[in-house]
Amino acid sequence: MLDKTVYLDNAASTRLDERVLEAMKPYYFDTYAVATSEFGYSMGIDAKEGLENARAGIASSLGASPEEIVFTSGETESSNMAIKGVASALMKKKGNHIIVSKIEDFPVLNTARTLEKQGCRADYISVSPEGILNLEELENAITENTALVSVQHANQEIGTLQDIKAIAEICKEKGVLLHTDATHSFTRVPLDVSKIPVDLVTMSAHTIHGPRGVGALYIREGTPINKWMDGGFQESNRRAGLENIPGAVGFAKAVELVTPEENRFLASLRDHTIKRAEEEVPHVTLNGSRNQRVPQNANITFHYVEGESMTLHLDMRGFAVSTGSACFSRSLEASHVIMGIGGDHERAHGSLRFSFGRYNSMEDVDGIIDAVKEIVSQLRTISPLYEKNK
Amino acid sequence: MKFPYSEKVLEHFRNPRNVGKMENPDGKGMEGSPACGDMVAVYLQVNPDTKVIDDVKFESYGCASNIATASIITELAKGKTIDEAKKITWKEATEELGGLPPVKAHCSVLAVEGLRSAIRDYEEKHGLVSAQEPTTEAVVRSRLKHVMNPMAGLDIVRTELVTKIDVNDGNVRILLNLPSNHQFAAAIREDILEKIESLWDVKEVKVVFTE
Repeated sequence: MLDKTVYLDNAASTRLDERVLEAMKPYYFDTYAVATSEFGYSMGIDAKEGLENARAGIASSLGASPEEIVFTSGETESSNMAIKGVASALMKKKGNHIIVSKIEDFPVLNTARTLEKQGCRADYISVSPEGILNLEELENAITENTALVSVQHANQEIGTLQDIKAIAEICKEKGVLLHTDATHSFTRVPLDVSKIPVDLVTMSAHTIHGPRGVGALYIREGTPINKWMDGGFQESNRRAGLENIPGAVGFAKAVELVTPEENRFLASLRDHTIKRAEEEVPHVTLNGSRNQRVPQNANITFHYVEGESMTLHLDMRGFAVSTGSACFSRSLEASHVIMGIGGDHERAHGSLRFSFGRYNSMEDVDGIIDAVKEIVSQLRTISPLYEKNK
Repeated sequence: MKFPYSEKVLEHFRNPRNVGKMENPDGKGMEGSPACGDMVAVYLQVNPDTKVIDDVKFESYGCASNIATASIITELAKGKTIDEAKKITWKEATEELGGLPPVKAHCSVLAVEGLRSAIRDYEEKHGLVSAQEPTTEAVVRSRLKHVMNPMAGLDIVRTELVTKIDVNDGNVRILLNLPSNHQFAAAIREDILEKIESLWDVKEVKVVFTE
């Protein structure tokens, strides 16, 4: 093991911030009771207070009311709950049609596929080469039977930000509910539900140095949604199961710790990565939009070389990043996002995703770009494609 | 540090043997396709009298398993006659490497196929194909199994892109269930021509798209 791993895979998960852990600790060791009603015992009432303070914190960061926030186990549960909950509530009243984008993360994409198997109809809207949703296609796809549109705020791989305001306005005009998966934009890019008429928002703590296994779903007051997981009456009878109070408290603390300065710093790491890669390595393509992009993501294809070979060489030098190459994934399928933006296997094959976080420095970025330069040039000398194309 | 590969795989990945392009090779094989993933090229220099592989080189556009298998296979093939080298199996190569993760079989098989296709190329160019079999639909079909469908990452036969094959007196006609303006149409056509035109009795190859 090298003395220090330079971790640049913060879109996958992040290192917990110590201050988050400190905020959580009392709810494991002192105030560990379940949240009780005000007629319960003191420790339960204190626990409830901790939970409600956390809820208020998350709500205010989104411009929502506390009652509109439901804590969940993370991104996957939030998105399942939003889509399945609304589809089941509206199936008979409005229709069984849902619309998602082609480049959604798996919780949304696979939920749509499952609903299709259960008799719903789903449309998958295409995106531009930069990953931006085709608004005209969306508008045309909405019918009177459409129950829900689900379009992510930011993409998990290429970091492209959608114009969620424009999407929300289309949906509002057509009288259709809108869910957005904001896992990769929450706190990094402003999203104010008091200004943008989005109805449901997926959030997760694990991408912002909070605990993993905690997330939340914003549900605009009055949104028709059925409970999809049966159990007790927690979370105002919207989400069954013992409340994860330490997790909720940690999530709220993590939200509080993100600052505009930090986001600007992450953007500087992103811009430096892109700039150096484009200036110093020949034959590269930036994946995603140059301007409509979250501050913490850079995704670049290094042509004529394969991603798993690059990540393995980088790992040997102490750098952790991920790639959209089929060889890297558990499913051995190339990234559906890169394919969705009109790329082919070749584009996915040589892509690296650099995602930045609080514990990264400019030295980390310079270090990995220096390493990538050497590795790419070494792998290109053995690539049968390089000589032909250079 | 924990890697999913054996020490030997990592060693060959880090320091691949016999790497690079060969000028004027006696035989050359290319397997895989850039549009769909891993690709490997194998070049041979063969002693015309003894048929011993004097030199062998490879190039890889692939993952660690692909690079390591190609590297070990060149080591195994060097100094063997082409008949001996033909018999090197994927199993032998992976055993020599101390094993590979099962999911990586596809990438490493490609390296073995690269060597075989380089030997076949040598034999075809040097009139060594014993008892030249006439090209039939079955021969064409088996060759097309080496042409990748970039949309699926699997070959065009398995993914049912090939709808019909006609072989008539050296004229081969291949029907594909793909429109001619498809983004991968040209790449697939080129790949098909490369695999079929080299057959000894083939005069012309036509690839027909749906529109």
